[in-house]
Amino acid sequence: MFSTIAYDLSHLAGATVLLAGFVVLYQRRLLGVFRAFALQSLAVAAAAAWQAYSQDAPHLYVTAAIAFLLKGIAAPIALNWIVRRLDIHRTVETAVGIGPTMLAGVGLVVLATLLVLPVTVSSAALTRETLAIALSVVLIGFLVMITRRNAITQVVGFMSLENGLVLAAVGVKGMPLVVEMSVAFSLLIAFILFGIFFFRIRERFDTLDLQSIESFRGERR
Amino acid sequence: MNALFLILGIPLAGAAVLALVPDHRLGGWINAGVSLATLVASLLLLPFEAPDPTPFALVDDFNIYLIVLTSFVAFTAAWFSAGYIAHEVGSGRLTPTYLRFYHAMYQVLSFAMLLALIANNIGVMWAAIELATLTTVVMVSLYRSRAALEAAWKYFILGSVGIALALFGTILVYLAAQKAMGPGMDALTWSQLYAEAPNFEPELLNLAFVFLLIGYGTKTGLVPLHAWLPDAHAEGPTPISAVLSGLLLNVALYAIVRFKMLLTANGDALAPGPLLIAMGLASLFTAALMLYRRRDIKRLFAYSSIEHMGVITFAFGMGGPLANFAGLLHMALHSLTKSAIFYAVGLASQARGSQQIDQIKGLTASHPALGWALVAGTVAISGLPPFGLFMSEFLLITSTFPRAPILGVLLLLGLLIAFGGLMLRLHGIAFGEADGDRRPLTGSLLPVYAHLILILIAGIFLPGPLVAWFQSVAEMVG
Repeated sequence: MFSTIAYDLSHLAGATVLLAGFVVLYQRRLLGVFRAFALQSLAVAAAAAWQAYSQDAPHLYVTAAIAFLLKGIAAPIALNWIVRRLDIHRTVETAVGIGPTMLAGVGLVVLATLLVLPVTVSSAALTRETLAIALSVVLIGFLVMITRRNAITQVVGFMSLENGLVLAAVGVKGMPLVVEMSVAFSLLIAFILFGIFFFRIRERFDTLDLQSIESFRGERR
Repeated sequence: MNALFLILGIPLAGAAVLALVPDHRLGGWINAGVSLATLVASLLLLPFEAPDPTPFALVDDFNIYLIVLTSFVAFTAAWFSAGYIAHEVGSGRLTPTYLRFYHAMYQVLSFAMLLALIANNIGVMWAAIELATLTTVVMVSLYRSRAALEAAWKYFILGSVGIALALFGTILVYLAAQKAMGPGMDALTWSQLYAEAPNFEPELLNLAFVFLLIGYGTKTGLVPLHAWLPDAHAEGPTPISAVLSGLLLNVALYAIVRFKMLLTANGDALAPGPLLIAMGLASLFTAALMLYRRRDIKRLFAYSSIEHMGVITFAFGMGGPLANFAGLLHMALHSLTKSAIFYAVGLASQARGSQQIDQIKGLTASHPALGWALVAGTVAISGLPPFGLFMSEFLLITSTFPRAPILGVLLLLGLLIAFGGLMLRLHGIAFGEADGDRRPLTGSLLPVYAHLILILIAGIFLPGPLVAWFQSVAEMVG
């Protein structure tokens, strides 16, 4: 039974996730990016918890807890710590200006909506709309990865992409293995953060700017 | 069933043991021994009648040959690795501590690949491929050099994005199935999905397939998602390059083909063929042209892997019994040939102290046994008779021409360009005056010869039962 309030609440959570995705997109400072990402993860946690309650699927609380603890709290702290420890530039280096990126982001949301809504006509309205929002979040995560040069912003882009996936997975009624998948993804994320620090990309490459990493191809001598 | 537990259990137990073995030489041989045990366990499957699928495992004609192939190449690669790695420690490129890690990871990688092949669940398959990606990232970065870290990072980011998209596709498949099958684990289980496929919502299935193709296609190294592949092959330890090219690419392609079968079974969904054909041809041409200007020998053969993955994808895209037959055969033979080449390349770069082609020049003069083995391997991989890949490519071309002449011409052209590139480079590697370092060979050539003999036999004579069996799988893939 879906009352309107249940419907509205899941929309609210989904829309907050999407909005936070845009906030990640327009930040000029790394700390701002981390905060926006934390907000997005908290919204995902709220969405998952709400789905757990309204679908009566207690295992989704685990997903919510993972999103809350790992991505809402631990990851931003770790990122902050890495930035300080490796002494990385605090400003976001963009490959494309902020304005055009925002426009592209809006375009991607339109694209996702146009893509998802027609093919899911027979699904429940809530599922369709959550899926459209989730795909938008995924695409915006991509956009962050493409248009931001620092490796660390790319990592945040990847994590927000993953937030979109969690949103999709919890929005589909009765999807099994969601918890297992979010654990697998947490492993991936922990690995990424560990990787940045352990590889000391900053020390090795002087900069986390991927452009200067990619200038090296192993074939020039 | 017991054999399956052994196939998955042995590598896992092996990983645990290897993590505790301090001596790297001993570790290397234990690693080979564990892989041999896995191979024996997978051979237990062979007197084969398809067992009933369980919620956990699905073994049918299609994946059993990949299971055996995977455990076989994993074994020869471990065998080769034992000698190779000892030399790397001797020359100071690796420290023994890393090797403990390396050997444990090697077994985790075997486990992950075998799990992805065996799993009867699209979620478990996804997680297994993710695990395989993570372990290979770690292995690629093993040398800790700047280039190795760059390669690992690139592989990591692109691989993760691929994995993420594949998961979105997986969720969409579930959603497409939900209407017909209701919520629950059944809608993620291969054997159930195939039974119910005609009732799925075709539009959702289409969208899902696009995500899955891009996601797993990244792991297969299909153009334009291939950027990680040459770097990862070139900068990691050579046994891992062999496993990546020979096995992991196949596993990702296996996933794509499985989902393609789902679309075919549905009937109303879009025909996946043209998508696969387009990506296959793009990979073939891009990689073939890239072969010409390679200076690094491992990069050269990495591009050749992209080319062959393109050919196989093309074959499955064409579909039909003959093209599928060619694709399946090509998958197996490419695996065997390419891993043999990488073993030879690994020995060559150790013997000559460089991966640069102009440093390796004149290999047949300085190390005849190795040099000619590499020549034979390269001749085989460029699709010349009498080796097996000639047969599969010939079969693919002849089956394509009557159905789509233009595609046939394109395929032939791409193969010829690749052939030219490989021959040009082979000439530089194998012949000419050998200058620079000439160290004695450090590892055994036996794994190389074993693979070469197998592909030679496959090129001359395929046993009747094997042909019949390939045909039945080709029918099944549709």
